[in-house]
Amino acid sequence: MTQGIYSVESNRPLAESIYEMVLKGDTSSLKNPGQFINIKLDGFYLRRPISVCDYNEETITIIYKTVGEGTKAMSLLKEGAVLDILCGLGNGFDTSKSGNAPVLIGGGVGVPPMYNLCKKLISQGKQVKVILGFNKKSEMFYEDEFKNLGAEVYVTTADGSYGIKGFVTDALENIDYTYFYTCGPVPMFKAVESVAVTSGQYSFEERMGCGFGACMGCSCKTKYGNKRICKDGPVLEREEIIW
Amino acid sequence: MVNTKINLLNTVIDNPVIPASGTFGFGYEFAELYDINILGTFSFKGTTKESRFGNPTPRIAECKSGMINSVGLQNPGVEKVINEELPKLKKVFNKPVMANVSGFSLDEYAYTCEKIDACEQVAWIEVNVSCPNVHNGGMAFGTSPESAAKVVKAVKAVTSKPIIIKLSPNVTDIVTIAKACEDAGADGISLINTLLGMRIDIKTRKPVIANKMGGFSGDAVFPVALRMVYQVYEAVKIPVIGMGGVSGVNDVIEMMLAGASAVQIGAANLVNPFICKEIIERLPGKLEELKINDINEIIGGAH
Repeated sequence: MTQGIYSVESNRPLAESIYEMVLKGDTSSLKNPGQFINIKLDGFYLRRPISVCDYNEETITIIYKTVGEGTKAMSLLKEGAVLDILCGLGNGFDTSKSGNAPVLIGGGVGVPPMYNLCKKLISQGKQVKVILGFNKKSEMFYEDEFKNLGAEVYVTTADGSYGIKGFVTDALENIDYTYFYTCGPVPMFKAVESVAVTSGQYSFEERMGCGFGACMGCSCKTKYGNKRICKDGPVLEREEIIW
Repeated sequence: MVNTKINLLNTVIDNPVIPASGTFGFGYEFAELYDINILGTFSFKGTTKESRFGNPTPRIAECKSGMINSVGLQNPGVEKVINEELPKLKKVFNKPVMANVSGFSLDEYAYTCEKIDACEQVAWIEVNVSCPNVHNGGMAFGTSPESAAKVVKAVKAVTSKPIIIKLSPNVTDIVTIAKACEDAGADGISLINTLLGMRIDIKTRKPVIANKMGGFSGDAVFPVALRMVYQVYEAVKIPVIGMGGVSGVNDVIEMMLAGASAVQIGAANLVNPFICKEIIERLPGKLEELKINDINEIIGGAH
């Protein structure tokens, strides 16, 4: 983990209530896809933990949904604004277990961490399938971005306004895969858990105090003992999760 | 050269800045960020006889200028703290540490304190009679002078190290309780623990915290904490450790002027993990600016 000052390079709406922000600064503490950053905002006591969508040597891309006052304030930040950020938090996904044809399942704002994961798996020569689940077409984003990486992309919408009508599991049940990675809301996780036929990894969300393992605010019980979502997670393996 | 050393109950510490229990774990998350040997000491994660998972999540709610936590004393239990956590801590922290102990009965308090009293690394035992997040224990002991005194006596009977009693602000008269602890043999008082608070989600109409209520801390509580430190300092002769909303070097000085011999920093560590380091680095310069040669001069200076 590192603390640093980052400048906003761009901050633009991607879909309904969904924004993409590119931040410039030190990215050396990011080691794995699926890690997150914790952003200090003026006027808010706690930082905002947001998963990393993509990064390179100089920039970090995040995608976030405006769900409360903090993310709303974030959406109003202009290019050039500076932010105090804790970077390189959490364990991230372990790509070594993917097999040669993993499937990545993202639901809503669970989609962003799948992007850098997809990029990394494809660079390792894997045949990657991606299922992106949204409520409706107006909330959809990044379909083309995943296609451009070379992934086979399936989009589902709950109301049928785009792609496959239904949930991510409606796509998952009809494809073959060697392993799965997923991030999204808990009801989606439970649906995935009920139909998935391989091992996999889930990336969890929880209200956090510090984001770096000090406060025990985001603890959960697993078959391997108590874990902190922020430090020992957010990614947990299928075999250890107690539903 | 400005002196920032203080003698805290027969152990000299380099400065009065002490990360508060529950915000600093057992030190090593922070040791990854900076050399924690610059601290005066720190108070480790509240420890109980048995291991505890704590309360269900969500355990955290944000507030204006503060936060609510309802962790509920998650800890691995005293045996593991002594056999696993303290040896790990020793590798990154070569100074005496402050233990923090909680319990659900007088016997449990005594049991845990007696075990920890035997640890060489521990110089002080801070006894938490003020946790708002557990039922039938914690704060229940700290809300009456009689029950607080009973904890002090039970613990003093089985320990040789200085006993610091950590008090709750969720009482009618904190001064009476502080005096009862002093009369029962406490060596020091620390205050304040968190203020019982809550938040409600206006969309779901449900409390944000799974346990409904939790302990409110952060910048917003500073004036309340300062007032209580001021009052308790006037009433007792034993050292007082001040905490509650301290987030900068000026707050540390203000707390000491109110009567604190040392100052703990809690919630601020969670927002800025480098806050204690920053305060320690700024302290000598600030004292110099205020023409203070020895930090001991200012303890209780506002009275």
